[in-house]
Amino acid sequence: MQPNLHSFPLRPGRVHEVCGPGATSFAAIVAASGAGPVLWVRQDWVTEILNPVGLAAFFDPARLLIAQAPSQSDALAVTEEALRDGSVPLVVTEITRPLDLRQGRRLQLAAGTGGSTGLCLIPEGMGSNAAETRWHASPRLAPDGADSTALRWELIKNKTGTLGAWDVRWDETAHRLHVVSPVGERPGPAQARG
Amino acid sequence: MWFPRLASDRALRRRAVEGPFALPFALVQKQASADRLVCLNATAETLGLHRGMALADARVYCPDLVTAPADPPAEARFLETLRRWATRYCPWVGRDGEDGLVLDVTGATHLHGGEAAMLDDMRARAARAGLALRAGLADTRGAAWALAHHGEGIAAPGDTLTALGPLPVAALRLPPDTVTGLQRLGLRLVADLAAAPRAPLARRFGRGPLARLDQALGQMPDPVTPQPDPPHYGIRLSLPEPIGLARDVMAGTERLLDRLCARLQEDEAGARILLLTLRRVDGDSRQVELRLASPMRDPARILPLFTRGIEAVDAGFGIDQLRLEAARTEPLPAQQLGGPVNAGGPTLDDLVTRIGTRIGLENVLRYLPADSHIPERGFSAAAAAFSTPESGWSSPRPRPLRLFPPEPIAASGPHPPARFRWRAMTLATARATGPERIAPEWWLPDESWRHGTRDYWRIETGQGRRLWLFHTPAAPGWFVQGEFP
Repeated sequence: MQPNLHSFPLRPGRVHEVCGPGATSFAAIVAASGAGPVLWVRQDWVTEILNPVGLAAFFDPARLLIAQAPSQSDALAVTEEALRDGSVPLVVTEITRPLDLRQGRRLQLAAGTGGSTGLCLIPEGMGSNAAETRWHASPRLAPDGADSTALRWELIKNKTGTLGAWDVRWDETAHRLHVVSPVGERPGPAQARG
Repeated sequence: MWFPRLASDRALRRRAVEGPFALPFALVQKQASADRLVCLNATAETLGLHRGMALADARVYCPDLVTAPADPPAEARFLETLRRWATRYCPWVGRDGEDGLVLDVTGATHLHGGEAAMLDDMRARAARAGLALRAGLADTRGAAWALAHHGEGIAAPGDTLTALGPLPVAALRLPPDTVTGLQRLGLRLVADLAAAPRAPLARRFGRGPLARLDQALGQMPDPVTPQPDPPHYGIRLSLPEPIGLARDVMAGTERLLDRLCARLQEDEAGARILLLTLRRVDGDSRQVELRLASPMRDPARILPLFTRGIEAVDAGFGIDQLRLEAARTEPLPAQQLGGPVNAGGPTLDDLVTRIGTRIGLENVLRYLPADSHIPERGFSAAAAAFSTPESGWSSPRPRPLRLFPPEPIAASGPHPPARFRWRAMTLATARATGPERIAPEWWLPDESWRHGTRDYWRIETGQGRRLWLFHTPAAPGWFVQGEFP
């Protein structure tokens, strides 16, 4: 199997979702693979904050704008405004309650108008029907020890293609994403076993 | 025009004490480590207090003295207000020191019924405002100053010396030690000084006293410098019939904006805060505030930003006056057209403004690097509209992507626990990297760092999560503070 990561980078002009413990790093990698400013919409009562010093391993935090909304409906309004405007190529929104059909659809229409990519960080199991793709990202313990950013990305919903799962790794020095072949299918001496 | 008690009059106007002139009142300022009186009202002066007196001494003389702290910037603003008021007499008004105004009324007195009538009018108006005023009118600025400070009145044209003659030499705007020196020589009055031989005086006191005398007598120029009026960006539109539709208000706002932006264009300025005041027929008014993310003067771009605010206004029985004011402006030089297009510049600012009208401009933030090794202080958040992006992010060691307030876990000992529970998950340590010791910054006391130094460990768990744990050796305990990608 050729480990090509289809559906990535995310399709622009649509809203995507990501859940799981590795959602933040997924969003950071999406931001790093694009250019231009990134708007990160969060709610001001959430105590967990983004650490720009850690984010610098992915992209320059000077590109980042944070919008702190007092509630989820304000956060969604800000997201819709930014997506419709289109001057920010990527809008990341942290969501705490599930979106209903109308909210999800509004975001999709706004993204279609402005041509920006929307990415919602959702709690697990709170996906919206309107999302273009939904990913589950989780950190993995790398077996060999040297690799410390091993992640497993699973595409669990895709409106326009197939699903899949990949082991990936972020290279902090080269600032690029490596897709790691699944164990047992790597080229080299391991094949001689079978 | 001299306001001998400008500061205390201003303070008393604000206090509106019942019978303000009955009680002795003084403004106090700390000078050379002692509280001293800087301005007194008339009652306090009749009780024997004087300027420069220490507050403690004054209290001995006058136990019921009422005092208030002096506020020089506010007094300067008040004098500026008076300066604008004084332009009702003539257009050429300058400030004179901290408590005086100088007016060039040449050719303007007849509009107020002559010189004496004009001075009476000034005194009457100042008295109504509760200000003590002493005014002098003469051919020259120096002579008018002398008359105002030392004996009021009008000097007849061409006969300044007669009017000034009986005044003390201090009336010539001389420093106190020069005045003392002249008095020791027996030159007590201006007339004495004018009659004295000039050469020995110049040798003894320098050119100061003679130059002042010549200025007062009109033999040396002493121009009045008028203050420029600060630019005012406020425009009003009164309507013959009240309007109520949001569309109509927008149309009115558009007209105001066109005129305001033309004025801003002339001064190469851009509006930062715009206030739209809508006066309703019932006398009430509604205000729409627009805070812009960058200085702007393009009506076509500003107008859509008003939409949200105007739609939220309750028009009541209708609106009959619109007033648009640029409450804060910043310089915005004209820019070259064409050339390389600034990527995302103006449109991003518009977006920030629009988001700001919903959640507040101070809630659209940008991270700036800060010089601290404390994880929570390694960055600062600043309002995006009032800061510029900065680079220079670096950390010698890997730092977590997420930070949260330290969450305690059950563990003991200086080495990371092999198994622990965190957020209802049982996690097993697979690899631990550390410790990295971080000491608190002693110059910034922080409640959350009261347990002293922390030993940070990067824990890779068998379940996949990579956490940032720390141990506090001084008060043994383990906490989770962040999560790595």
